[in-house]
Amino acid sequence: MTRDMVDPESRHEGSSFWSSLRTAVTGRRRSSRLPAVPTPGTVVTEARGAVLSLDGTPVLRDVSVTVRAGEVRALLGPNGAGKSSLLGALTGDLPLDGGSVLVDDAPLRSWSPTELAMRRAVLMQQIHLSFPFTSLDVVQMGRAPWRGTPLEEADDQVVAESLAATDVSHLAGRHFPSLSGGEKARVALARVLAQRTGLLMLDEPTAALDLKHQELVLQIARRHAEAGGAVVVVVHDLGLASAYADQVTLLSGGRVVADGPPREVLTAELLSEVYDYPVEVVEHPGGGSPIILPARSLASR
Amino acid sequence: MTPASRPAGPTTSRTTSGSLTSEQRTADGTTTDRGGPGTAVSGAVGPAGGQGRRTRTPDALPAVGRGRRRAATWLMVGLGVALLVLTVLSGMTGQVPVSPAEVLGSLMHHMGLDIGPMPSHPQGENTLWVVRFPRVVLAIVVGAALACSGALMQGVFGNPLAEPGVIGVSAGAAVGACAVIVTAGSLVSGTWVAAAAFLGGLITTFVVYALSRSGGRTEVVTLVLTGIAVNAFAGGLLAFFTFVADPAAREQIVFWQLGSLGGATWGSVAVVAPIAIVGVTGAMLLRRQMDLLSLGERAAHHLGVDVERLRQIVIVLVALLVSAGVAFTGIIAFVGLVVPHLVRMVCGPSHRWLIPASTLGGAVVLLLADLVSRSLVANVELPLGMITSLVGGPFFFYLLRRTRSRQGGWA
Repeated sequence: MTRDMVDPESRHEGSSFWSSLRTAVTGRRRSSRLPAVPTPGTVVTEARGAVLSLDGTPVLRDVSVTVRAGEVRALLGPNGAGKSSLLGALTGDLPLDGGSVLVDDAPLRSWSPTELAMRRAVLMQQIHLSFPFTSLDVVQMGRAPWRGTPLEEADDQVVAESLAATDVSHLAGRHFPSLSGGEKARVALARVLAQRTGLLMLDEPTAALDLKHQELVLQIARRHAEAGGAVVVVVHDLGLASAYADQVTLLSGGRVVADGPPREVLTAELLSEVYDYPVEVVEHPGGGSPIILPARSLASR
Repeated sequence: MTPASRPAGPTTSRTTSGSLTSEQRTADGTTTDRGGPGTAVSGAVGPAGGQGRRTRTPDALPAVGRGRRRAATWLMVGLGVALLVLTVLSGMTGQVPVSPAEVLGSLMHHMGLDIGPMPSHPQGENTLWVVRFPRVVLAIVVGAALACSGALMQGVFGNPLAEPGVIGVSAGAAVGACAVIVTAGSLVSGTWVAAAAFLGGLITTFVVYALSRSGGRTEVVTLVLTGIAVNAFAGGLLAFFTFVADPAAREQIVFWQLGSLGGATWGSVAVVAPIAIVGVTGAMLLRRQMDLLSLGERAAHHLGVDVERLRQIVIVLVALLVSAGVAFTGIIAFVGLVVPHLVRMVCGPSHRWLIPASTLGGAVVLLLADLVSRSLVANVELPLGMITSLVGGPFFFYLLRRTRSRQGGWA
């Protein structure tokens, strides 16, 4: 097998009824535009002037955000600031009322679902499964977009690596609904990794995790970016964001309050204002990333 | 399973990845060469020291799926054998005696093979080919259609209680068929009855689907309550048709609600079988996508499924299958519920096995139920729908109990 087999012209079956039917009848495969390797710094996806209302309540008011290859971008902000809505807008789950979303410089809607699935993988906050599949089944579902492409060959290996990466290899045979919340979250992340996309979109991937696995997840994000990928992650832990993110977008009330490297954005002054609670930013004595924590002595006064 | 996916040890593993594309080597974490287009960037997956890991994990992988695949294979083989045995038994059972060897012999002769004895009874051959075999084939087709539609419905509703009978789609199809029988008279052609049943089923499926879903999934309570409402409304329409119908049509409507294979002819098989074949073939093509759909609609979309189109196709397929299951046999409840559940217990929830095994299992179950309905009481044919409801009702209850004790009930 040579490299040329993964050229953009190669035919790909995709996973839709009609393409399955066409393949079954004619043996031909639908061609999908396979993703190119992004060079670090190129814009992978962006929202321009996104405006969105849910049930009449504005949740995004003119939000613009850019995600580049090679960086981890954290979306931060208090509850209801619009972080998940922004992520939903970037994935196309929530159709915008105004503004636009671009993926690889083309409008989101110009891509087929399969083509999008080859470019971005999404970890959602709510993990739902209708039937008792095993963890292995769930992770294997992450390979679906690559069916019919040469990359399908690597399925088993990719799945095994993804299971190992999120430390859930030992859960492969267990039924997903019987797992604990943290285990489910890690299996779901393994599924997202198994998709092997350039862009990862993670909505609170650390919410149900213990300290070790929180670190593990953000290290995975970090390495993904270092290998040339892009990551958008919603986190609540400001310390994690300051330690692992290259860029942070601070949202409040559906607007971008600040956007830039963590050291510039995550200041005591700004955070105290946005979170409506006194926040302290302390330099780490060992030279690590700054420690961000609520100023409890100030608040009780 | 390709050889590349099951390296025997560290050495093989290394050679295997040597033969992969540059992207896959990147995926391995062993090289940073990403000259060609592809997914790349995946080197990020896995702990930094990827070297030792690579030899360890791929081995552990396939073992989990293999047991289920074996179970599924055995299940399919077992069901195939059961289907054959039941066909012979059904051929034997009835007032005209025919021995098993004669049943097989007659089948062989019709396939152009001169093997085995022909029925010795003067009416034997005739009974087999005019009365019993059409009935056997109709039972197989209808059972397959009902179970397949049940499996599809449960998948698209994301809900293990969805079933044509429970949520009222069968009743809706019956309303369509009865409307034709009443307006056009009881001698109306079977094709029109089937077409009307399809239309009725399609409309009902759409209505139930639209009414019972919120936030991308269907809650069990909502679904069951929607089913009650739809069944009640359809029951009202059926009552109206019974009221206005002439005696001949009235009898036909009553027979409909009981569910029976009594009227099976090659003519009805010829109408129903193509519909069922289209429905089952469509379902088979959707197997992988149905699996993804169980992650929820958004997640399925993130994995490249065109959810909106998938839903529409499934609804049409379900309506096709239900109309095939209802058009000449009336409402046969619970086959579509019980069979997919039994299959899931044996080989897991993956639609890869669920759809074909349910289809085969439905055929076996309905053939068995029909055999029981004919032979339980001598010289009396019990209504088939009665048998399936008597068995299916308690099973439904058992499912409710089991789920409650295991996961604290359905959400």
